[in-house]
Amino acid sequence: MISKRIVLHFPHRLVDQPIVYKLIKEYDLSFNILKAYVTPQEEGLMVLELSGDDEKFNKGIEYLQSCGVRIQPLSQDVIRNETKCTDCGVCVPICPTDALVVDPTTRKVLFYDNKCIACELCVKICPTRAMEVHF
Amino acid sequence: MKTIKEINEKIKKGQVVVVTAEEVIDLVDKKGAKKAAEEVDVVTTGTFGPMCSSGAYFNIGHSKPRIKLGGGSCKFNDVPAYCGFAAVDIYLGATAIPDDDPHNKVFPGEFKYGGAHVIQEIVSGKDVRLEATAYGTDCYPRKKLQTLVNIKDLNEAVLFNIRNCYQNYNVAVNLSDKIIYTYMGELKPKLGNANYCSAGQLSPLLKDPHYKTIGIGTKIFLGGGVGFVAWQGTQHNPTVKRKDNGIPQAPAGTLAVIGDLKQMRSEWLTGVSMLGYGVTLTVGIGVPIPVLNEEVIKSAAAKDSEIYAQVVDYSANYPQCVPGSLTEVNYAQLKTGKITVQGKEVPTGNLSSYSKAREISEELKSWIKKGDFLLTEPVAPLPGAESGYTFKMLKERPID
Repeated sequence: MISKRIVLHFPHRLVDQPIVYKLIKEYDLSFNILKAYVTPQEEGLMVLELSGDDEKFNKGIEYLQSCGVRIQPLSQDVIRNETKCTDCGVCVPICPTDALVVDPTTRKVLFYDNKCIACELCVKICPTRAMEVHF
Repeated sequence: MKTIKEINEKIKKGQVVVVTAEEVIDLVDKKGAKKAAEEVDVVTTGTFGPMCSSGAYFNIGHSKPRIKLGGGSCKFNDVPAYCGFAAVDIYLGATAIPDDDPHNKVFPGEFKYGGAHVIQEIVSGKDVRLEATAYGTDCYPRKKLQTLVNIKDLNEAVLFNIRNCYQNYNVAVNLSDKIIYTYMGELKPKLGNANYCSAGQLSPLLKDPHYKTIGIGTKIFLGGGVGFVAWQGTQHNPTVKRKDNGIPQAPAGTLAVIGDLKQMRSEWLTGVSMLGYGVTLTVGIGVPIPVLNEEVIKSAAAKDSEIYAQVVDYSANYPQCVPGSLTEVNYAQLKTGKITVQGKEVPTGNLSSYSKAREISEELKSWIKKGDFLLTEPVAPLPGAESGYTFKMLKERPID
């Protein structure tokens, strides 16, 4: 069993084609769509939490890539700018998935990118704008 | 028991014993106040939080031909500054924003850039654009000035904050059913979160609650450099209710502080944007407390669990000036990450960085230990709890 948060980039030519449904039908994978939209460059963008049997998961990913979908882990897209962050902690109660928490000893704010769902709620409320999203 | 002069002699000889406002807690717990007061000479405090009534003044030097900015207008990187002084003196406030900023027209406004950001850029050594207009006189004929300026070329660059370092603050919540955007951050509806803003047991004025050692003239860590307490801060309000340990239970004393911007560091003067509210400056301040006697160290050893703050509704009570606290909580409770308000468990967030406050108290400690920083005798006390000095609301009177 494997579960990963990934970002899918659909090139313009694929935007109007049903692709993701095959992950369920052919590869028996389950997913939770965290975000989906078409960018001004007419590229499709989708953030998925994708889960399933290891072998089927890898085959599903291969299928997506063979269609021309570019895939990257979500953790590469949501980044904390460490020089800007002052470890205040005002983001902590805003984060819905506990990806931002205060270390009880150091009182520094920890960012667990594996828990982040890219909701972006922290981005604009961060006083120093240290949270960055690069899709 | 000990005088500041004696402590300074120890600093010069490299024999001074300095502990942070955190370390002193365990020390007094273990050894008792009497013994700890004999052993320790200085306790260092720290705080790093947004402080809106901050700003800096500059003397830019005279242009050729001369221009008199007084009575004219000027901007740094499009951010308006005040020049109603003589020819080339300017004060830039932290919360000033460009005239073409959309403000809150598209709500909530982002307030990405303002005076605080300009101050941070100036401190970090970046060139900033100065654009000014004047009406022209016989002795100051020039009417327009556009130039880059850099802190190293300015005659004076002085941070002068008229209210910093609040002794305690409210815990902000939202009782309404709509999200609100405040200077205390985003507050989710129906007690969705509780935001506070204090370094608690590290915060300068909470560790000297009756201003027995901190006064006008006290030398401090300011923005990464050295500064001084210039006066009590605006809205100084020492007469609020206090616990038996003397610690105010609500926002009380404040400090006006001043220091040479040229020796400060941008790391400790950070421009910040509060969504839907505006721009402000996060200021790093550390105040040394000379351990003159047992009483001083007892106060300096107050811990988070002994420092209380009021939980205030920012959807109605605060904006409408309706007094009232929903409940009282201490900083130890706030730091667990949740408090209980009206029977509901509410997650907490701090606007003031405790880890940075700790770094400041450590840095000030190392300055004193190295002999780089001597303590000063206050030249006058701050108005205290018995002074009758209070913070009044505005009495509006109709203009006929």
